[in-house]
Amino acid sequence: MTATLPKGQADLLGVAAQRRRTGVWLVALTVGLILTGVVAVGSGAIAIPPLTVARIIGHQLVGLPGEVTWTPPQEAIVWQVRLPRVLLGMLVGAGLAVCGVALQAMVRNVLADPYLLGINSGAASGAAAAILFGAGAGFGQYALSTSAFLGALAASLLVFLIARSGGRVTSIRLLLSGVAVGYALYATTSFLIFASGSAEGARSVMFWLLGSLGLARWNALLVVAAVVLGGTIIYLTVVGRRLDVLAIGDETAQTLGVSPDRFRMRLLVVVSLSVGVLVSAAGSIGFVGLVVPHLARRIVGAPHVRVVPVAALLGAILLVWADVVARVLLAPQEIPIGIITALLGAPFLLVLIRRLHGAGA
Amino acid sequence: MIQATGVSWRYGANPVIDGVSVTARPGRVLGLIGPNGSGKTTLLRLLYGALRSGTGQVLVNGDELSGLPSREAARRLAVVVQETGGETALTVAELVLLGRGPHLSTFQRAGRADHEIAARCLARVGATHLGARAFGQLSGGERQRVLIARALAQQATHLLLDEPTNHLDIRYQHEILHLVRNLDTCAVVVLHDLNLAARYCDDLVLLGRGGVVAAGTTDEVLDPTVLEPVYGIGIRRLDLDGAIHLLFQPIGHPANERTAA
Repeated sequence: MTATLPKGQADLLGVAAQRRRTGVWLVALTVGLILTGVVAVGSGAIAIPPLTVARIIGHQLVGLPGEVTWTPPQEAIVWQVRLPRVLLGMLVGAGLAVCGVALQAMVRNVLADPYLLGINSGAASGAAAAILFGAGAGFGQYALSTSAFLGALAASLLVFLIARSGGRVTSIRLLLSGVAVGYALYATTSFLIFASGSAEGARSVMFWLLGSLGLARWNALLVVAAVVLGGTIIYLTVVGRRLDVLAIGDETAQTLGVSPDRFRMRLLVVVSLSVGVLVSAAGSIGFVGLVVPHLARRIVGAPHVRVVPVAALLGAILLVWADVVARVLLAPQEIPIGIITALLGAPFLLVLIRRLHGAGA
Repeated sequence: MIQATGVSWRYGANPVIDGVSVTARPGRVLGLIGPNGSGKTTLLRLLYGALRSGTGQVLVNGDELSGLPSREAARRLAVVVQETGGETALTVAELVLLGRGPHLSTFQRAGRADHEIAARCLARVGATHLGARAFGQLSGGERQRVLIARALAQQATHLLLDEPTNHLDIRYQHEILHLVRNLDTCAVVVLHDLNLAARYCDDLVLLGRGGVVAAGTTDEVLDPTVLEPVYGIGIRRLDLDGAIHLLFQPIGHPANERTAA
């Protein structure tokens, strides 16, 4: 009966209702993220009540409450160890999620994830070189992350050069060059492990590959991650409409005023930088970048201006919880976080495939 | 007004379009016709800049198309391509609103006026009831109408359509072309069906073997002696009540030979 509604009064196209819905979700997820942060900081080998956590953080940040009602070790655990870790987890989770969103639009494939471009393989080679052969030792505490980042940068450059060698960066060319570079660098990492002949080193590399937030400190790395990933989230939200158009097709994009090649190139630069930073900071944590975009689309629909911020919040929450499980499950031993995300992500993906088939039939 | 002069395109070593010139005049509907493989779609793609000809030039309202920023080009040329985007999870309303993109700055979101335009365009193609549906779940005909609504929402000065009547039933074939004809904009339409071309186009360009075989008003181009060698089919033309109708008879068809004998 929509056709009989007077034109001016109907919520034209249901857009206003959808915006309200998105607003509600954004508020709810932001609250969820804050609560997640407080609970996650309190969880671990030594549990600290959420209220105490909130007090310690408040005291450190704004000097409220002024009266100290907690022990110095509690303060050290909350402020020095767990808070930076939780913040890094949020950044990495949000970054993986939005990079997944961008890549799925760029190559028009629902199975695309942030590691599609082989950037993580580059980072892994860099990390292996640092762990096994002491590469980047001159960078002190940042040796591992710097070496990993340089590896990621090299991989991005390779993908970039191969992808644009034909003049146009098409989605299929991007996909193929990413896969090729990924395999080549994977072989490089394996070779480095083999050549080092150190069993202990090999174990460290594997542990790093599965992802960990254990490197989180109040240091330059956290600042870099915050700036790069925050910037990426904002950029991708702002260009949301162009992502919508690009996801439909190159020809459509062009006729709607978006130059697909140029835009894809810019996205490639932004996404490579982000993935490089987050892989250097936390290793390759799988499935978050693949699964969260789908989750976000289920919640607020397909337009990227809504999907990007929602995916960022969901990714942040999800990764922090995965890290809590990783820390608590076999405490005091820590499980690589990539194992947890894969365990959570794989069944989700199966459900998704079932749904996709259902929609097609 | 679109003026293309001496444009060419080749796929590999095969020139599909070779030094072709066409002009689409304001307020008129130009039809591109020709047999399969004659380069109708290629020519259209040259006209909206998806392909950049190595020779000649394409002028849109007097400016060279290749020199226009893509957003400005999209304000002048709205295009309905055959790429359907059936994979998208956008709703129909969201998809049509994307047509407003070229009019919005990067930080601006679609406002009330844009929603009204989108709703009006959906109504014009008889698709108001589809607004909340997922585009990917529509039938071919419904999709085609929605894509036309998106092109209308662009409010460009030119509308280019690649076989817009594909997937449409007979009623919507006529409704859509009737709609195109009644727009103030300059329209360029690739059409297979010569009778639709006869009814709804002001001017026609007949393509064949890489070049323009005939160009002129619909009345001039739809001449059986011009069409028959290009299509390789027998054609009779009837002018009924001021409208052109074409009847087709395969050359060498048994029924044809019997009447000849």
